[in-house]
Amino acid sequence: MSAPTLTRPGGRVLEKAAEADAPRRGGATRRRTAGTVLIVLAVVAYLVFRTDGAPDSDDAAAFRFFDSVRDWVDANRDTSPFFLYGINYVRLGVRLLVDVVQAGLYGLGFAGLVAAVSAIALVLAGWRTGLLAFLGFLAFGVLGLWDESVDTLVLTLSAVLLSVLIGVPLGVLAARVRWVGATLRPVLDVMQIMPTFAYLAPMTLLFLIGEPAAVIATMIYAVPATIRITALGISEVPPTAVEAATALGSTRWQLLSKVRLPMARTTLALAVNQTIMLALSMVVITALIDAPGLGQNIVNALERVNVGAAFNAGVAIVILAVVLDRITTNAARQTRIHHARRSRLIQTGIAIVVVIAAALVTINPESLPQWSAAAPVNDLVGWIELHWFDATEGIKNRVSEFLLNPLESVLVTTPWWLFVAAVAAFGTLVSGWRAALIAALSAAGIAGLGLWQHSMQTLATVLVAILLTMVIGVSVGVFCARHDRLATAVRPVLDAAQTMPSFVYLLPAVALFGNSRFTAIVAAIIFAVPPVVRLVERGVRDVPPTVVEAALSAGSTPRQLLWKVQLPMARGGLLLAANQGIVMVLAMVVVGGLVGAGALGYDVVAGFSQRELFGEGLAAGLAIVLLGILLDRLTQGFHDSKGPRR
Amino acid sequence: MTPMIAVADLWKVFGPRAERVPGSALADLPRAELRARTGCLAAVRDVSFEVRPGEVFVVMGLSGSGKSTLVRCLTRLIEPTSGEISIGGEPVRAMTPKRLRDLRRRQVAMVFQHFGLLPHRQVLDNVAYGLEIQGVTKAERHRKATEMLALVGLDGQEHHYPDQLSGGMQQRVGLARALATDPEVLLFDEPFSALDPLIRRDMQAEVRRLHAEVGKTLVFITHDLAEALTLGDRIAVLRDGELVQVGTPEELVGAPVDSYVADFVRDVPRSDVLTLRWIVRDPAPGELVEDVPLPHGTVIRDAVHRVMRAERPIQVVDGEKRLGVIDADQMLAALVSHHRQVPA
Repeated sequence: MSAPTLTRPGGRVLEKAAEADAPRRGGATRRRTAGTVLIVLAVVAYLVFRTDGAPDSDDAAAFRFFDSVRDWVDANRDTSPFFLYGINYVRLGVRLLVDVVQAGLYGLGFAGLVAAVSAIALVLAGWRTGLLAFLGFLAFGVLGLWDESVDTLVLTLSAVLLSVLIGVPLGVLAARVRWVGATLRPVLDVMQIMPTFAYLAPMTLLFLIGEPAAVIATMIYAVPATIRITALGISEVPPTAVEAATALGSTRWQLLSKVRLPMARTTLALAVNQTIMLALSMVVITALIDAPGLGQNIVNALERVNVGAAFNAGVAIVILAVVLDRITTNAARQTRIHHARRSRLIQTGIAIVVVIAAALVTINPESLPQWSAAAPVNDLVGWIELHWFDATEGIKNRVSEFLLNPLESVLVTTPWWLFVAAVAAFGTLVSGWRAALIAALSAAGIAGLGLWQHSMQTLATVLVAILLTMVIGVSVGVFCARHDRLATAVRPVLDAAQTMPSFVYLLPAVALFGNSRFTAIVAAIIFAVPPVVRLVERGVRDVPPTVVEAALSAGSTPRQLLWKVQLPMARGGLLLAANQGIVMVLAMVVVGGLVGAGALGYDVVAGFSQRELFGEGLAAGLAIVLLGILLDRLTQGFHDSKGPRR
Repeated sequence: MTPMIAVADLWKVFGPRAERVPGSALADLPRAELRARTGCLAAVRDVSFEVRPGEVFVVMGLSGSGKSTLVRCLTRLIEPTSGEISIGGEPVRAMTPKRLRDLRRRQVAMVFQHFGLLPHRQVLDNVAYGLEIQGVTKAERHRKATEMLALVGLDGQEHHYPDQLSGGMQQRVGLARALATDPEVLLFDEPFSALDPLIRRDMQAEVRRLHAEVGKTLVFITHDLAEALTLGDRIAVLRDGELVQVGTPEELVGAPVDSYVADFVRDVPRSDVLTLRWIVRDPAPGELVEDVPLPHGTVIRDAVHRVMRAERPIQVVDGEKRLGVIDADQMLAALVSHHRQVPA
C-alpha cells in the first residue's frame, strides 16, 4: 500500500480504505497511515521551504560563548575557588595516582614488568594465559614500542583503579538503595551514548591537557560499565543465601562483605574486565589531548597517512587488549573453580620471588631482536592502491554519488525548524512523545550551536554507515543463525573484534580507501557490524523451535521460513541491533574526522590543536552529544518492542 | 510451664497500606475478595498458637497457605503486620535491631528449603558462619563446626565446597550450620522438599535422632502430611493463612474439625496413627472378655496380632478405667477403613 500513497497528498481517503480492509489490525494500520502522511507532509514541506544550505559561519554566538568561557577559565584557573579548592586538587590527585602507577611499572624495569604480568596471569588465570602475557609483553619490546606500551598501560591502570574505586561502591548502592539506582540509570544512559570524542574538550578546559585529563576522561567513559555490571552482580545474588545469613544474625555490613560481594565475585571480575577494555580503547584516543602512549603513534602516523607506522602501534594495542582481556576473563572464570588454598599460596610466593629477581635484572628492551611491520604493510598498501584502485575508487564513488551526496544535500538544505518538526513527528510515532521531545530538543540545540551544515553532513555519513552496517550485519547474522558451522567459525572473530579499541579500526579503512569521508564509513561499519551480527543472530536463534517446526510442517520453504517467520519474530533483536549500531557508528564516524571525514569530527580535532578554534571545537563536541542523544532517543522505542508486533 | 514460642493474633498482609487490614471490616473478607478490593494479600490471618519447650511443632499446609511466611515472621525475617510473638517469654516485635540480631545469632536458627549455603565457602566455613559473625575465634569456631559436622554424619567433608555435595548432604550442612550456634529453637522451612524421597526419609530419621539427642524445640514447616505425622508432637494445619486445627497426629486423623482437614488425612493409614481408644465399642451385656486388657495408648497396628488371635474380645483400659472392648470386627474395619484414591 505504500507505493501509490506516496503520490497521493492528504491521505484521508486512504485511511478509510485501509480501515475497511483490515478492521482488526486498526492500530498498526493507523500507525502506518500516519507514517505515510508524515512522509508526504515532510517531502512537500521540504520542497516548499528548502534553503540553499549556507555553510556554517566561523563566528557563531555559541563559539564566541565557549571561547569566552575558555578565556575566563584561563584567567581564573589559579584564583577562582572552584578551581583552587576543587578541580585543581582533583587534577593533582589524579596526577599523583598516575605518577605512583608509573613509578611502579617503570621501577620494575623491562624484565621485571614482563615477569610481573606473566606471573599475575599465571596465578590468576592459568599457565596458558601466563604464556600469552609473557609473549605479548615481549612483543612490545620487539616492536620497539616498549615505553609507549607501558605509558598506555599506566594510563589504563590508573583509570581502571579510579573507575573501580568509584564504580563498585556506586554499583552496590545502585543495587541496594532504590533511589540511587533510579537516579543513576538515566545518567548512565546518557554517559554510555556519549561518543568518546565529545568530552575530550571539556576535560582539557577543566584539567588542561596531559595525563590527568586523559585519565579522568577515560574514567568517565569506563565507569558506567563498572557501575552497571557491579549493580547487576549484586542484585543477582540468590536471595536464599542472603536470607539464611540474615537468619543467623548477620549485620548489613557482614551481609555485604561476607555474602553479597563474595557471591558476586565472578560478575565483579567481569566488571573489571569490561572496565579495562573500555578504558584501553579510550586511553588510545586521549592521545588527542596529549596523553602519552601508543595512541600518539597512531595519531601521528595517521596524520602522515603512514599506515605502516600506525600498524605497529595498532598491533601493540591489540596485543595489550588481548592480554588484558584474557587475564581478566580467565580470572573471572577461575573464580568459579575452587582451588586448594595451599597450592595457591605456594604459587603466589614463587611468583613474587621470581618477579623480584627479574626486577633486579636490567635488560634493555631495545637489545631484543627488532621487527617492524611498517615496511611490509606500506608495501601492501601501495600494492592495494596500485591494483585495487579501480575497485575501491569505484565503490567509494558509487556510494558517494548515489547515497551520501543526495542525502547530504537534502539534509543540509532542510531548514532547521522543519528538521526539528520532522524529528518530533517521527519520534512520536516510533518511540513515544517523551523520547520525541528529547530528540526534538536535541535537534533544536544542534541548530542553536551554529554548526548546522557540519552536523547534517555528519548525520548523512552516520545514516549511510548505519544503513550499510545493518545490511551487512543482518545478512551475516541471519547466515550465522542458519548455519551452525559458519557461526562457530565467525564467533572468535566477533569476540576478537569486540575486544579491540575503536581506534584500531581506522587502519584497515585507511589502507583501503585513503583519506576520505568514505574511510570513516568503512571504519564505522567494521566497528559496528560485530555487535549487530551478534544481536541479529541471537534474535533469529531465539525464535522458539516449536514455531519453526510448525512452519516447516506446514510446508514452508527455507526462504519463506526466513521472511515470514524468523525475521518477523526476531524483530526485537533487529531493532535493538539498529539502536546499538547507530550509537557505535556515530562514535566512529566522528573519530573519522582524523582521516578526512571532515564535519564535526574535524571541528573537534581542530579545536584541540588551534587555539582560535577552541570554541568551535567545543560546540562541535556538544553537537555530537546532541546528535547521539537524538539518534538514540529516536530509535529507543525499539527496545520496548521485544517480540513481534501485535 | 511457659511456652517456648507464643504467637497471638498474628497477621501478615502484603500490599499497599497493609496495616489497615487487621482489625477492620476488611479482615473478614475472603482472600480473593480482599485482593480484588485492596490489592493486598493476607498471607497469615489471625494466627495464634503456643509451642512448648522441647516439642516438635509442625505447621502443615499446601503451597500458598502462608506457612513459610508464618515461620519467617517468628524472627521477623518478614516483618509481621500485627499481633504478638514471644520467644522464651520475650516479645519479639519490641526488640531493637541489635537485640533481634542477637536472638537470631544465639536463640533461634533456621534451616531452609533451598539450603542457602554460601557457595564460595568450604563446608567447614559455612557451618562456622554463624559463629564467625558473632566474633568467635577461628580455632574455636572450627572446632565447633567440626563437631557439628560429625553430629550430622559429614565427617571428612569439611574442605569440600557446597556444590561438590549432593542435595541431601548440602541440607546436612544446613542443619549443622543451624546447630552450630547451639540455639534453643530450630526453625525448619520445608527443609526436605527439594530432596529425593529416599533421602528425605533418611533426613527425617536424622531429625528425629537429633531431637532425641540435643532436645531442642523444633518448628517444622512442611506440605507433606506423612512427614508431619512422623515428626510432629503436635501439628497445626494452615489454610489460606488461617489455622484450621492444632492437635496431635492422632487428633487430626481421628477427629478432623472440618472437611478440609478430613480431606487432608483421608489417605493416612488410620491403623498406623490411631490408638485403640478410637475404635473401642461398649461391651455387650454379659460378654466374656480376655483376661489381660490392652492399654488405650496402643497404636492399632501394634495390637493386631493379639486381637486377631484372641478367642474373645479384649478389654481396653486407661489405668483402672475401662473404656470398652475390641475384637476382630473393629480391627478389620480400622485396618481397611482408609480410602485409597481411585481415579474417577
